[in-house]
Amino acid sequence: MTTSEPTRRESNGTGDMSDMTMEDAAPRSAVVDRAKALSSIALLDRIFFHVTRAAAVIVLLILGGVIVSLFHGSMPAIKAFGFGFLFSEAWNPVTDKFGALPAIYGTLVTSIIAMLIAMPVGIGIATFLTELCPHALRRPIGIAIELLAGIPSIIYGIWGLFVFAPFVQTHVQPPLISLFGDVPVLSTLFAGPPYGIGLLTAGFILAIMVLPFIASISRDVFETVPPVLKEAAAGIGCTTWEMMRYVVLPYSRVGVIGGIMLGLGRALGETMAVTFVIGNAHKVSPSLLAPGTTISATIANEFTEAVGDLYTASLIELGLILFVITFIVLAIARYMLMRIEQKSA
Amino acid sequence: MSLYATRRQRNSMATTLAWAAAIFGLAWLLLILISLLYEGVIGLSPDVFTQTTPPPGSKGGLLNAIVGSLIMTAIGVALGTPLGMLAGTYMAEYGRYSKLTTVVRFINDILLSAPSIVVGLFVYELLVGPMGHFSGISGAVALSLLVIPVVLRTTEDMLLLVPGSMREAAAALGAPRALVIGKVAYRAAKAGLVTGVLLAVARVSGETAPLLFTALNNQFWSTDLNAPMASLPAVIFQFALSPYKDWQQLAWTGALLITLAVLALSITARALSAGRRKSK
Repeated sequence: MTTSEPTRRESNGTGDMSDMTMEDAAPRSAVVDRAKALSSIALLDRIFFHVTRAAAVIVLLILGGVIVSLFHGSMPAIKAFGFGFLFSEAWNPVTDKFGALPAIYGTLVTSIIAMLIAMPVGIGIATFLTELCPHALRRPIGIAIELLAGIPSIIYGIWGLFVFAPFVQTHVQPPLISLFGDVPVLSTLFAGPPYGIGLLTAGFILAIMVLPFIASISRDVFETVPPVLKEAAAGIGCTTWEMMRYVVLPYSRVGVIGGIMLGLGRALGETMAVTFVIGNAHKVSPSLLAPGTTISATIANEFTEAVGDLYTASLIELGLILFVITFIVLAIARYMLMRIEQKSA
Repeated sequence: MSLYATRRQRNSMATTLAWAAAIFGLAWLLLILISLLYEGVIGLSPDVFTQTTPPPGSKGGLLNAIVGSLIMTAIGVALGTPLGMLAGTYMAEYGRYSKLTTVVRFINDILLSAPSIVVGLFVYELLVGPMGHFSGISGAVALSLLVIPVVLRTTEDMLLLVPGSMREAAAALGAPRALVIGKVAYRAAKAGLVTGVLLAVARVSGETAPLLFTALNNQFWSTDLNAPMASLPAVIFQFALSPYKDWQQLAWTGALLITLAVLALSITARALSAGRRKSK
């Protein structure tokens, strides 16, 4: 390049235009073409970069949009009820009095029941898969559990309604009621006629639904424990239990908690598995056998039938509350899982 | 000696409990699948695929619901996939170490398991309210919002698996960044990207909550995107809660169809990504 430039300038200086164009035409147009191609590629490059970055930003905007629109939609209810909405048990479309307490209560109780069952069983399955299961079965069972995690929740709901609830009504609840009828605290927890549907049934179905999540995440987390640590434990004569309790669990604690929180996030926001069997009753009742409602079930059942701005706004505010609760739980879960990922990397 | 005995006893107790947990958990899941199969297969007949949903008390099928589900899933995936893929591309290729990527990844992981009913409310506020009526297109948009996080996550993961040396080789030949991504990284990660789309389809095809107040439901044959549209999950929801035996049977059959479709999709996705992991 550096040698060609002076010569070109020289030929320019001589003023013999026709000669120059004849001789230089081919290479110059090639240079121009090349520059054009390069600049169009550079343009394409820039466009592609900005398009992808815009897409990433849009994902953020969607989340922002969800929060803003829920806030906007629930404004009438927020104005009308203020913070009292969170603590009011009223739910009366006729007099336009609404409160979120029964729904929040039902959501928390069913999720707690679900976690109380799914947590030990899920960790038990993960332990089984990483330590006890015959090697030939490990992969198939692991895959089966992951596939089950993908089954739509409406399947759990319909099974709960037609198979599980009738079974509970005839075979589980009557014995529970008569067994705990005279025990002080438990008699309130298990009071009332056996409906089949209710908080306990919904909590149990939720437990079955989140079980595959917790089990497969816990298993993945257990597998991040370096084999050297486990071998060292075995080397000093630890039993399987002692190895799990004193080596594997402490090492993977953060990840297991993250997995459980992730399951909790699912349980809190789950709609279809619960709506079928919760009973949709807007009251706070101490008995686990009584019908209740959850935030998501209330929205699913009543939103399309809601007439009047305040009714709709109250339901949207319920959605906002649900979103805020699950957001916090999921954010903690992801933070913890991120920490274990960094540890294993 | 007694110390050994207690330790051994405690160990056998713990392992027994783990076995019991595994059997307990798997038994319930198996039970659900078996009763689904049992109740659903009874109702399987050609009618299910050729007739529309019946009024109570007469025979019919699920044709309009199946078609509605297919249409809304297809549009939802078509809307959500490009956005998810582009955002995933940015995160894995351009902004691998940028702050934006960390934030988007965190938010995306939350959207991945956020309650889908909230997405339904969002789309209601966004589209149904202003339009003034329920419509198939708003159902599709709601589904697309659920597609995005799944596709984004797998796209990013799969592009990160592509060895950096391949990109360097392409760059050394003079290929600009966009071509490196388009002609090298995408091709190398193709199976993985398809997996992501399949997983997204599996995820949305069973979603009910976001459709309840966006697409609503439709008793009749309709492919009009501007009108309420039937979908399998919404029909299952309505029919299962009805007191009519015919409807309940159709709900079971519909549930079986969805489950089989979801299982087939996730097994295909798994087979694809397993092949890819081995080749790595």
